[in-house]
Amino acid sequence: MYVAVKGGEAAISNAHRLLADRRRGDRSLPAIRIEQIVAQLGLAVDRVMAEASLYDRALAALAVRQARGDMIEAIFILRAYRTTLPRFGYSRPVETGAMLVERRVSATYKDLPGGQLLGPTFDYTHRLLDPSLLTDQEVEAPLEREEAGEPVMRVSDILAGEGLVEDDGSLPEGHVPGDLTREPLEFPMARDLRLQALSRGDEGFLLALGYSTQRGYARTHPFVGEVRIGEVEVELDMPELGFAVSLGRIQVTECQMIAQFKGSAKNPPQFTRGYGLVFGQSERKAMAMSLVDRALRAEEFGEDIVAPAQDEEFVISHSDNVQATGFVEHLKLPHYVDFQAELDLVRRMRRDYEAAQDKDLPEAAE
Amino acid sequence: MVSDGHFEGRQKAMGLLAKASRAELQAAFDALDGKPAVEPVRGPETGLVMVRGRIGGGGAPFNLGEATVSRASVRLDDGTVGHGQALGTDGAKARLAAIFDALFQQPARAGEVEALLAAVEARIAGEDAGKARQTAATRVDFFTMVRGED
Repeated sequence: MYVAVKGGEAAISNAHRLLADRRRGDRSLPAIRIEQIVAQLGLAVDRVMAEASLYDRALAALAVRQARGDMIEAIFILRAYRTTLPRFGYSRPVETGAMLVERRVSATYKDLPGGQLLGPTFDYTHRLLDPSLLTDQEVEAPLEREEAGEPVMRVSDILAGEGLVEDDGSLPEGHVPGDLTREPLEFPMARDLRLQALSRGDEGFLLALGYSTQRGYARTHPFVGEVRIGEVEVELDMPELGFAVSLGRIQVTECQMIAQFKGSAKNPPQFTRGYGLVFGQSERKAMAMSLVDRALRAEEFGEDIVAPAQDEEFVISHSDNVQATGFVEHLKLPHYVDFQAELDLVRRMRRDYEAAQDKDLPEAAE
Repeated sequence: MVSDGHFEGRQKAMGLLAKASRAELQAAFDALDGKPAVEPVRGPETGLVMVRGRIGGGGAPFNLGEATVSRASVRLDDGTVGHGQALGTDGAKARLAAIFDALFQQPARAGEVEALLAAVEARIAGEDAGKARQTAATRVDFFTMVRGED
């Protein structure tokens, strides 16, 4: 419980002025521009967009700058901003199969239509600090190669051709996609709502949960069917025109995780799947999301629920870092009255304890 | 859903106007022979569209997250109404797109808009092809080491 107290206005105002000073830092250095953050710290910007659940690179970069690089603070700021805007509508579902692919790798097939496209990856780098980045050295233009024009076929479609994998994931006819920005969360929830929550979930939290499933806490024996990164078209139905129009493209990362089998008396054994889809270039997050999505389908597959990653209420209630930081950080707000009550209580307990000791002492002396 | 040729043409035009940069639209507007009289009908305003994905990539839709969108509607002096909408917070761009959408519907002026659209389409196709070639250069060419048979 907190109590309204007065005072501190001058301290708060001066603290914010000090924050602005520290944020600007050494005045002999040029101030960092939003365009530079978008262009050169792009993956930080992408993470803020993904976890704020708002796709806008310029605004996400502004939030990163304002938050001095504190990611969760930046996510919080962007999340708060979105509440000031009206909702125009829901887009048509983006078609990741038609993505303009800039990276696609599969761990299940070596040779597959479209090939293994590494794109701009950290994989196979040596993770050694690069002294050339200490200075502003010329960077070579990327190499180019004529592309085969071969469609980048989805791995799930390759497996589906043989009937070896479950389908994409349907919900009952007439199911309206849940929207956690509109309705309070209720458990258990349908998979669509869970995916919305996971897509905006904290990368570190989902990474740890995904890791836990690999270490045996709800093992699912996963393979990366594929990870793909690229641009997809966002289309909005225009009721006044009677057709859908493109609003432009966004970059997304998709992960199709293929996990071990499920069969029944009616259906022969098939691979099962976990799905990850995240704004921007965010491979680790998409992979973690797909592991957790699969783990959370335990009940659907009749698996024993024995591990945290399978516990929907636990996972979804704690995956949102804005909520989490709000509740953890509120502990630093004035709790003077609560604490006074606890002080009184501990003093009384000590008096009782000392009284009991005094009573016991003479007997002990005998 | 109407799908005659005109609607398909306008649908494609609006998609290209959304992908055009504000600079491209402004330059084309500045170059127009005889500026149309433009009256605002709605906006420009910025809001959100909830972007949807599909479970597993092709299954039931789910709400992925929101994106900023700006839109504007304008009326030209002859009463033609145009709509402009694009990702981002650039209301001025949405207004210019709405003006070109209106002009596109006027047979006498559609040609000027088509020249703009062709230029935007060519720029995007060039950028996409360049990116695809860069990606293609990172395609893995596997080879198998010759195995000794004895």
